[in-house]
Amino acid sequence: MINIYEVAETNAMIEHENLDVRTITMGINLLDCADTNLERVCRNIKTKIASYAKDLVQTGESIAREYGIPIVNKRVSITPISLVGASACHSPEDYVKIAKTLDDVAKEIGVNFLGGYSAIVSKGMSKSDELLIRSIPEALSQTERICSSINVGSTKTGINMDAVKLMGEIVKATAERTKHCDSLGCAKLVVLCNAPDDNPFMAGAFHGVSEADAIINVGVSGPGVVKYALEQLENANFETLCETIKKTAFKITRVGQLVAQEASRRLGVPFGIIDLSLAPTPAVGDSVADILKAIGLEQAGAPGTTAALALLNDQVKKGGVMASSYVGGLSGAFIPVSEDQGMIDAVQAGALTIEKLEAMTCVCSVGLDMIAIPGDTPASTISGIIADEAAIGMVNQKTTAVRIIPVIGKTVGQEVDFGGLLGHAPIMPVNKFDCSVFVNRTGRIPAPIHSFKN
Amino acid sequence: MDKTIITVVGKDTVGIIAKVCTYLAENQINILDISQTIVQGYFNMMMIVDMQKSIKIHDDVSADLNNLGEQIGVIIRCQKEEIFNKMHRI
Repeated sequence: MINIYEVAETNAMIEHENLDVRTITMGINLLDCADTNLERVCRNIKTKIASYAKDLVQTGESIAREYGIPIVNKRVSITPISLVGASACHSPEDYVKIAKTLDDVAKEIGVNFLGGYSAIVSKGMSKSDELLIRSIPEALSQTERICSSINVGSTKTGINMDAVKLMGEIVKATAERTKHCDSLGCAKLVVLCNAPDDNPFMAGAFHGVSEADAIINVGVSGPGVVKYALEQLENANFETLCETIKKTAFKITRVGQLVAQEASRRLGVPFGIIDLSLAPTPAVGDSVADILKAIGLEQAGAPGTTAALALLNDQVKKGGVMASSYVGGLSGAFIPVSEDQGMIDAVQAGALTIEKLEAMTCVCSVGLDMIAIPGDTPASTISGIIADEAAIGMVNQKTTAVRIIPVIGKTVGQEVDFGGLLGHAPIMPVNKFDCSVFVNRTGRIPAPIHSFKN
Repeated sequence: MDKTIITVVGKDTVGIIAKVCTYLAENQINILDISQTIVQGYFNMMMIVDMQKSIKIHDDVSADLNNLGEQIGVIIRCQKEEIFNKMHRI
């Protein structure tokens, strides 16, 4: 039988170490909502999402109350809209209309984000993909809760450099369209390589075409719990360090598994996957950078950071895999800047640069995330950054992503505050040398060779 | 059986267990096990109860115990047992 110490340990994790379930995300297939008439598409989408997800928020809240575990976000991911709207949308404005419908239904069912205003263009762009991409700045400026993601490359197909070039311009245009709120639109826009079909985390969540009609995916969290466990160790060797991370990851993930199964049962929707992630929040102590410090670095970004992060990421997976029946999504430690107080401190101390963050993304999920850069950064430079990240993902057969915010009207030395879970960030300097000739070549980078691995 | 863990944490005072037990008895909630310790002057109690015959639903019991805790000056939590079993047992 459970004893008082085990109960106290669990409750201390929840109360003092920020243990929570970060998100229950319901994936919903919208392919059957397609029609040639735009009004009908919007109506179909509204009906389908509402019928599956009307009880999602309430169910999440009652599970949280009964088990005493906070469930921070309840969200919905949908089939990439470029597929659903292909027959009905003949202009970017048509897609914006779908975006507004999605925003309305998100508000109606009470979810805080809805992801899947997306297109998968890893090899080429169809007309509808391009229209959707061109609608993004307007769509994100006219909606509150919609998240957009574009997959521009994969290990199997290579990198679509036409899409990379276009996305540099779209990120810039989105920043411009939302400059009245510190270019917040870009915080809801992510460019991916090797995007998973079952990711529950925003902004990159969408419901892939390989998925069932509806599915429950859960993202766990808990950097604070890992940090606390490591702080209890004194002069531990790597073996003890790794064992501690694994055990902690196991415990955290088991809670996610319980919540996922319970949500799936109550909502009558199959359980998809658990995303084994360490997702930080701006709350003090709930930080991946703080774990790196507990491992032995003065600041995140110090020499040794990439190795420490690789170790952390791997042990989280090793502990988590056994705790869950199905694992998927992004699964790894997230290293956003604005959403992690330890990362913000490291940037302010001069310890962490975009180049070091890029190196870190080689060994963890997911990419350059929530990084504020000067508003006058050229679109071609943003495309260059996207291409670099996509190349890391393509060659290493992993998901990588770029979610950077060129904050219009601000520059290095200033700060930006996005509020809530999105946090605040210092504007980081970007390499000023030009890459426009590279970015402006048309076509795609071929898929990498899958043998002769060195 | 519908096992639930009730934990009480706070400053030690007369009658904490009595008040919690009275509430549970009034609502047909059966106590299976009680353990308690005092850590640095703080009262720490855990009860394992069976709520199968409870006349109130979990949410209401949880809210009532919360209020009772406020009256006594302690924190009372009411959580289904599975979260602890999942985390600490393979």
